[in-house]
Amino acid sequence: MSHGLLLTAGQSFVDGWFNSLWVVVIAKAIIVLVFVLVAPLGVGYMEHKVLAHMQHRLGPMYAGRFHGWAQLLADGVKFVQKEDIVPSAADSGVFSLAPAVVLVPYIAIFVVIPFGKTVWAVNLDVGIFYVLAITSVSIIGIMMAGWASANKFSLIGALRAAAQLIAYELPLILAAAAVVMQAGTLSLVGIADAQHAFWYVLTQPIAFFVFMVAAIAELTRPPFDMPIADSEIIFGAFTEYTGLKFAFFLLAEYAGIVAFSAIASVLFLGGYQPILGLHIIPGFFWMSAKVGALSFFIIWLRATFPRLREDQLQRFAWVVLIPLALADIMVTGVIKVLVK
Amino acid sequence: MTSTEVVFVVLSAVGSIGAFRLVTSKNVVHAALYLVLTLSMVGAAYLVLAAGFLAWVQVLIYVGAIVVLLLFSLMLTKAPIGREALDNQQRGWAALVGAGVLAGLVFLIQNAFGSAPRIQIQPATTSEVGASVFANFVLPFEVVSVLLLAALVGAVVIARRDERP
Repeated sequence: MSHGLLLTAGQSFVDGWFNSLWVVVIAKAIIVLVFVLVAPLGVGYMEHKVLAHMQHRLGPMYAGRFHGWAQLLADGVKFVQKEDIVPSAADSGVFSLAPAVVLVPYIAIFVVIPFGKTVWAVNLDVGIFYVLAITSVSIIGIMMAGWASANKFSLIGALRAAAQLIAYELPLILAAAAVVMQAGTLSLVGIADAQHAFWYVLTQPIAFFVFMVAAIAELTRPPFDMPIADSEIIFGAFTEYTGLKFAFFLLAEYAGIVAFSAIASVLFLGGYQPILGLHIIPGFFWMSAKVGALSFFIIWLRATFPRLREDQLQRFAWVVLIPLALADIMVTGVIKVLVK
Repeated sequence: MTSTEVVFVVLSAVGSIGAFRLVTSKNVVHAALYLVLTLSMVGAAYLVLAAGFLAWVQVLIYVGAIVVLLLFSLMLTKAPIGREALDNQQRGWAALVGAGVLAGLVFLIQNAFGSAPRIQIQPATTSEVGASVFANFVLPFEVVSVLLLAALVGAVVIARRDERP
């Protein structure tokens, strides 16, 4: 049934462990879920420390004794203890559902991301298309949060977020399309395999630039953090959230950083392909190193650039990024036909 | 019933409940959120029918773009915050249009699959779908893109303020 249903190909490393289809499915689900809950903690800790050192501070130093490594676990315990407040004017059903709608798509992305030649949960025939489709769902969660809070700052934040995500989704998809055209496949495993000779960042530097900028805007990270601009609208769509629900939004943000870093690694940096033919080190470590490096880059930008104004932000997407991505696709198409 | 049929029935039931709540809901934003549920269930039904590419197109375009635009325009104009109701009292016309669409679809599906199926259902990979579109259906594809371009130009013309006094 699974073959007709999902059009998957190849054997994942989990498939060899068990015989039953359902046991394999459950094992994969557990592995993906544990990864999604652990990797964002690493990126969150990296953000604490990297930002601190860039600002000549030390950052967390006490939790867990050694350089505050347990700071995020302590934060998690604190979030659980906080009172779960739903404003009396809020639409409580939609208000409570919103964090899950934001988080679940980011968990679903990790199902198709390959961390090695056989280290993936599902090798979808339409991998990158699935990723781009499912990320667009989390916008609905942010709009639900902003509207249901019954707070004008939340609503303004949600509207800004929606306008920004609509504007930057297009360059994101167009940049990915250029890579798909060069690789000749939509499968993420196939795209990573196609880069065994050279990485696509060498042939598609423009697409890489457009993709990274659009990904940071999709994450509403600085310098594209107008939707949660704290000096104007408090914390945007998340203003009224407390406790675990707020923690869900934070987890979604860090899971998003890991997810987009992983997709960019697969599309442009060769995924699990090693540098200089160092095949001794397993692909899983190469992929993790690339994801870590891109996550560091995204955090670095937060410490470097000031926030873009709303009109600058929209103009940049529609006037610069989209024409650039379209021109890149055209050039890629022409070269593809000529080479053939 | 096979397991595929069971899954299909469950998806259809959830989608139908969503569609029912969509038209009976008093709050226009709730209605839009029920629309998300119904459209997602249609996408999941495509998955069960082994049309994976179509399913994710459904999610990307209908859930990710059209409903987001719908919610965006509702919130930008007059969606009441909180539990206030907003109802445009057009149930009669809506019922008429709904009945018309239902009749048309029933006729078309009956015509296509009535006694002996005229269309062969077979799982298609994305590359087969792509080859089919660009080998056999290039002209319709191009016509649709011209239509979209016209819509785009129209939107620009309407949205543009005349700078001259």
